Amino acid sequence: MSNEALVHDAHTAHAHDEHHGHAHEHHEQHFITKYIFSQDHKVIAKQFLITGIIWAIIGALMSVFFRLQLGFPDKTFPIMEKFLGEWAKGGKLSPEFYYALVTMHGTILVFFVLTAGLSGTFSNLLIPLQVGARDMASPFMNMLSYWFFFVAGIIMFISLFIQTGPASGGWTTYPPLSALKEASLGSGLGMDLWLVSMVLFVVSSLLGSLNYVSTILNMRTKGMSLTRMPLTMWALFFTAVLGILSFPVLVSGFVLLIFDRGFGTSFYLSEIFIGGKALPNVGGSAILYQHLFWFLGHPEVYIIMLPGMGMASEILSTHSRKPIFGYFAMIISMVGITLLAFLVWAHHMFVTGMSPFLGSIFVLLTLLIAVPSAVKVFNWLTTIWRGNIRFTPPMMFALGFVSLFISGGLTGIFLGNSALDIHLHDTYFVIAHFHIVMGVSAFFGMFAGIYHWYPKMFGRFMNRPLAYIHFFITFIGAYLIFWPMHYEGIAGMPRRYYDYSAWESFKNFGTLNSFISVVVIVVFFGQLLFVYNFFASIWKGRKVTTQNPWNATTLEWTTPINPGHGNWEGDIPEVHRWAYDYREDGNGNDFIPQTTPLRPGEEEH
Amino acid sequence: MSIFITVAIIFLVLMIVYQIAQASEYAASLRSSESERQKKTNVVMASLLVAFFLCGLYGIWYCHTNLKDLLLPISASKQGESYDMMFVVTLAVTGIVFLITHTLLFWFAFKYKSTESHKSSYFLAHNNKLELIWTTVPAIVMAVLVVIGLRNWGVMTGAAPAESEVVEIVGKQFNWIVRYSGKDKVFGKRDYRNINDATNVLGMDDKDPASADDIVAQNGEMHLVVGKPVKLIIGSRDVIHDVGLPHFRMKMDAVPGITTTMWFTPTVTTAEMKKITKNPNFVYEISCDQMCGKGHYSMRGTIIVETQEEYNKWFAAQAPYFAPQNAAPATDTTKKAEATVAVK
Repeated sequence: MSNEALVHDAHTAHAHDEHHGHAHEHHEQHFITKYIFSQDHKVIAKQFLITGIIWAIIGALMSVFFRLQLGFPDKTFPIMEKFLGEWAKGGKLSPEFYYALVTMHGTILVFFVLTAGLSGTFSNLLIPLQVGARDMASPFMNMLSYWFFFVAGIIMFISLFIQTGPASGGWTTYPPLSALKEASLGSGLGMDLWLVSMVLFVVSSLLGSLNYVSTILNMRTKGMSLTRMPLTMWALFFTAVLGILSFPVLVSGFVLLIFDRGFGTSFYLSEIFIGGKALPNVGGSAILYQHLFWFLGHPEVYIIMLPGMGMASEILSTHSRKPIFGYFAMIISMVGITLLAFLVWAHHMFVTGMSPFLGSIFVLLTLLIAVPSAVKVFNWLTTIWRGNIRFTPPMMFALGFVSLFISGGLTGIFLGNSALDIHLHDTYFVIAHFHIVMGVSAFFGMFAGIYHWYPKMFGRFMNRPLAYIHFFITFIGAYLIFWPMHYEGIAGMPRRYYDYSAWESFKNFGTLNSFISVVVIVVFFGQLLFVYNFFASIWKGRKVTTQNPWNATTLEWTTPINPGHGNWEGDIPEVHRWAYDYREDGNGNDFIPQTTPLRPGEEEH
Repeated sequence: MSIFITVAIIFLVLMIVYQIAQASEYAASLRSSESERQKKTNVVMASLLVAFFLCGLYGIWYCHTNLKDLLLPISASKQGESYDMMFVVTLAVTGIVFLITHTLLFWFAFKYKSTESHKSSYFLAHNNKLELIWTTVPAIVMAVLVVIGLRNWGVMTGAAPAESEVVEIVGKQFNWIVRYSGKDKVFGKRDYRNINDATNVLGMDDKDPASADDIVAQNGEMHLVVGKPVKLIIGSRDVIHDVGLPHFRMKMDAVPGITTTMWFTPTVTTAEMKKITKNPNFVYEISCDQMCGKGHYSMRGTIIVETQEEYNKWFAAQAPYFAPQNAAPATDTTKKAEATVAVK
């Protein structure tokens, strides 16, 4: 169905939805259909973003609590008892709840914030706006996608308050630990709720991703060929493809786990003696779960990274007033990353006792990813070379993104090489590596995107001085927290330990751990500054006065400052050129929008 | 109550900070036009980024000088030596790339900031030659690293030498059990259904003659002979654990239902390592590296590497697990087992 058809047939085909198709009629909508059960992709994007921000605060606060334990294992913090009650009696975190916090921190940040909050927000906001569509292919499915995510979140939130505590087997929830109630307190009801919540989350993710792919493939405006699309579109497209192909595998793993937990099957369980008795299960394989989990788990890393890569490309180009260098190389490298993402999962499993031959294949494929990643980095560097750089807040974060992506990516070369991974596996080196590359770096991509498209979302700017302060606190803080952690990892310090003071080999890092914890607290408050800036600017920010405040070439800036449902008043503009024509247009502007026809004799890029 | 006060105070502070920032932004917009302001900001921010880079370089050096003494001592195994070498090579490669890319990033950012004098950009969309170079060079470097890595990986995961000592180590929540095959060099069969926490922690088959002289150490202490390859037979009774040996640069999961193995050759005795590290309390530790429950962080074992004579002396003093003096009273064993569980 074409965009026009979608809009003009709204009265017949979408009778229940008749107000939505007509931006230019400005019917008063009921609050509930406009802001809550909205089918407008821009509102859904904001819902994803705000929900993501709330989850990010919860997840970050959890890290502050367990960092207090790690940094000051012999001290008590009465404030923790106020927040956590029984779990932190006398202001001292219990080991059970420490592990629950670690597990929830990972789950929340990886899935709820950096998957739903990141690609949920920007796929929804940008896809129709940048390809030139009135809305998603199925606005209703899109709405469902958010509400499945919402319900998944509610269930996960409830699990924080039950008596036995939330799931506590790590965000990867390896069985048998996660399968047997006897193995851990959190493997009881908490784990059931975790599994239900995650399955709903996958439903949400699939509904969203199918929509993103069909919108990008079918609903591009006239002239918007695939190779004229901005790189954000390519990135979000590959993100959605990765999600569609890998999330169902995760669910299959979960279903088997649910069977093992509740119905006496032995998919993952074999020869276990626990709780004083031998279980009847024989013949299962605990490693099978890890294969199923990481078949999603690794593409998940790129589900998190790709949107940031796309947005950073867009923002670096726009604010350097220079085309992205190697547009096609960027697309091909994303294709490479997407394909390889499916072929490297077992590098998380080098020390599970899997076949060493299989291990060597995965080493080769894993280190191959360094090639497209390197191409991207060099292309970004060349993009800013001889540019005319405006250091706006989104640009700062995009530059920070590149720095963090390099730092975190390089340590991946250590971990992907199995002979080094043997020693570094499950140490703080891993923590440092993935927090820099898919934690902070992805967050920098997200922040860059928020600062860049905030004017499109709310018709206002976020406060700039605060944005710069936020940038430097986060940038400096991230390196101060995670750089020294590499040393702990090189020294073999295992991750997920509650207390290191009994270990002769690791107890010397006490001072460093305290230092890291203090920085974590500072960075946490730095993020609150951002959150306040975000919400206060919705009502109080400086108003956007021109349609195209960044002088960008892409389609979203041809819509009105506060676009209604349907995005463009009148016809959807036609596209005549690629998205990165940053050069003199002959009228004193340093950019040529995609909607400008080619001049006579001008060759297309 | 105090929780609300805390939250309220944080909120108030944020509100004040926002108001100040807002006021400063408005004041600035009265003083000058937006593009002029942006140009001033560009200079400030570009300089701050360069300052960040320079401080960062100093920070890396400072971090290294302060933390390098906390790193592990020289490798205590042959395999670890090749790990250490490979680590240095990889560190050199990535370190060079890190420095070059970061220098370019911050240098370009500073040099090409938009100012009164630098107003336009250079239109450059692609350059096939450049792109070809930086596709092939990383590919070649990666290929070299892969070759080094796979050679070491092959040695580390290859078959253990025939003369290896074989020791079994089994994980359970939350400690390690070590078993030696005794004089006959053959381990007795074991079956998880025979496990009894009081009388048979590993579920050994007491009818199997090979079991009779097996030695079991429940304190998680493993004795190894320096210079003699050792092959570990790794198992788990309940959930997944991991035998982490940081000083030997080795690691392998302990998975219930599967037997995994790992071999290495210890090269430095505990006594020598005490001298090397100048730490009289030095001990080789076995850390559990796979999340296994609430006591994960306390799942500690130790390894004592000694000379053949010391080992022989220690070995002679050990009684087999099924020896009469080791056997628990036949009565109330089940009660004891339950008691252990209740404690958990």
